[in-house]
Amino acid sequence: MSDDLRELYQELVLDHGRHPRNRRHPDSFNHEAFGKNPMCGDALVVYLMLDPQGVVTDCAFMGEGCAISMASASLMTEIVRGKTVDQANALFAAFQHLATGEGEVDESVLDEDDLDRLQALSGVRQFPIRVKCATLAWHTLHAAMQGEEMVSTE
Amino acid sequence: MVAAQPLLKERTDAPHAAAPYDVEAVRREFPILGRTVHDRPGRTGKPLTFLDSAASAQKPRQVMDAVRHAYEAEYANVHRGLHWLSMRATDRYEAARETVRAFLNAKATSEIVFTKGATEAINLVANSFGRTFLQEGDEVVLSEMEHHANIVPWQLLRESHGIVIKVVPVDDDGRLDLDAYQALLGPRTKLVAVTHCSNVLGTVNPVKSMIAMAHERDIAVLLDGSQGAVHLPVDVRDLDADFYVFTGHKLYGPTGIGVLYGKRHWLDRMPPYQGGGEMIHTVSFERTTFAETPAKFEAGTPPFVQAIGLAAAIDYVSGLGREAVAAHEHDLLVYATEKLEAIPGVTILGRVPGKAAIVSFTMDCAHPHDIGTIIDFEGVAIRAGHHCAQPLMERFGVAATARASFGLYNTLGDVDRLVAALETVREMFGR
Ligand SMILES: Cc1ncc(COP(=O)(O)O)c(C=O)c1O
Repeated sequence: MSDDLRELYQELVLDHGRHPRNRRHPDSFNHEAFGKNPMCGDALVVYLMLDPQGVVTDCAFMGEGCAISMASASLMTEIVRGKTVDQANALFAAFQHLATGEGEVDESVLDEDDLDRLQALSGVRQFPIRVKCATLAWHTLHAAMQGEEMVSTE
Repeated sequence: MVAAQPLLKERTDAPHAAAPYDVEAVRREFPILGRTVHDRPGRTGKPLTFLDSAASAQKPRQVMDAVRHAYEAEYANVHRGLHWLSMRATDRYEAARETVRAFLNAKATSEIVFTKGATEAINLVANSFGRTFLQEGDEVVLSEMEHHANIVPWQLLRESHGIVIKVVPVDDDGRLDLDAYQALLGPRTKLVAVTHCSNVLGTVNPVKSMIAMAHERDIAVLLDGSQGAVHLPVDVRDLDADFYVFTGHKLYGPTGIGVLYGKRHWLDRMPPYQGGGEMIHTVSFERTTFAETPAKFEAGTPPFVQAIGLAAAIDYVSGLGREAVAAHEHDLLVYATEKLEAIPGVTILGRVPGKAAIVSFTMDCAHPHDIGTIIDFEGVAIRAGHHCAQPLMERFGVAATARASFGLYNTLGDVDRLVAALETVREMFGR
């Protein structure tokens, strides 16, 4: 198997891709958004519970897709829990940076452990058409936090 | 390839087998098939296994030579120059029209309109035929297995002219429900627009009887031959099709060229689709009279070099013998179906007897996009996605499928490489 392929499908990605965490419809949530990747037809919904201080107390998603999109959504739901909206936005920016090589990352506000886990998805950089699979969940989360109902990666 | 023996034998026994089909000789005419993919400095990649011809086919030397020759030796604008070279180019362009006419067995070259592809040909009919013969409340019957190119133009017409779209359902095997079709043909139905062969399921629809059923009620029929013209012999007069469209690049021809066949009876009564040069008789600011068909529908400088390339592709395919090609593709289909079905967790969509060599499948352990990415690393090119047929994906309850589609240059070894690559997928995901 080629190294690029191993880079893309790291163990953590395969694990979360096969067994996505927090793929459920939560009983209570106060933000949600629907995200779609028109090119491949993948779609998912992100549900968010924000407390009055703007801290994510729960994050879940529903949807089906490729291993990359499922793993990304799964890791995201775990990582953003307990974060403030600002921290979650900073993670979104960091994730976009590592998936595309574009933009700037302010590492001072980020947890090293979180970054390590997100790093598992950086293999998509070598696969331009798969970048959107990885970023769909994050775009949808961002939309949910902004109070938008719908987002498309196009 | 020991396992391939019985199939090969079956072919030799068949009555049509004059000379064996020499696929290796065929492959030598397609230079790209000799390349490797995923090459890196200092490292040769994997040999290409190309199984995506339904999206677009590779080109034989004969086509590239014809295009090159047209530019190198016979190039000038068509239909307008009085000079020798323009007349020569015009002759070549019109000869290409004659090649297409013969290919479809149309009555006259005036029934052959060149377009830039199947999509443009369907849009032409939707606009020109649609605006002329369809009124608010009139119905167009499509099928659930249509490509977006044969859905969206009719939806645009629905928005602008208030037509109604009816859809023939597809059964679990991928067959059109002909009873439902019959029932949909009503007093307001003005046109049936269906695909000759599905680009996802490979299903070859019983278009001749569907046309007969429509004609009993004076309903015109358009066939989308984008895949049909590649895999099946087409005789528009025998079918009695009112319109037949296809696209050059899937038929081993250049991009940017397609064909609309239309019965003269319709084309004469249809207004131009676009305005410009070439398509006029006389122009003044008060009044313009239009040229006759087909010029009426070919506004502007047409893609005549591409038309010449398409004619070369048709000559090439015809020269191989369409029956021989069909028999070869059938062997590939039988072998691929057998091999894929033997892989645990693989489900094939489209199981109608007589289907074309297009195999859509899913795997229970992996999403089509993951399959596509992983096997690409083994040099195996397939398509993964919705294949521009989202309503059909919905019908089968999937977001996407993987699709291996075969062309006249594929081998049983290509199937073996596909199957081996899918084993890699199972190793990674099959736990
Ligand atoms: C059945 C069918 N119809 C229409 C088309 C559109 O062809 P083109 O994009 O060349 O116009 C395709 C191919 O993409 C097809 O497979």
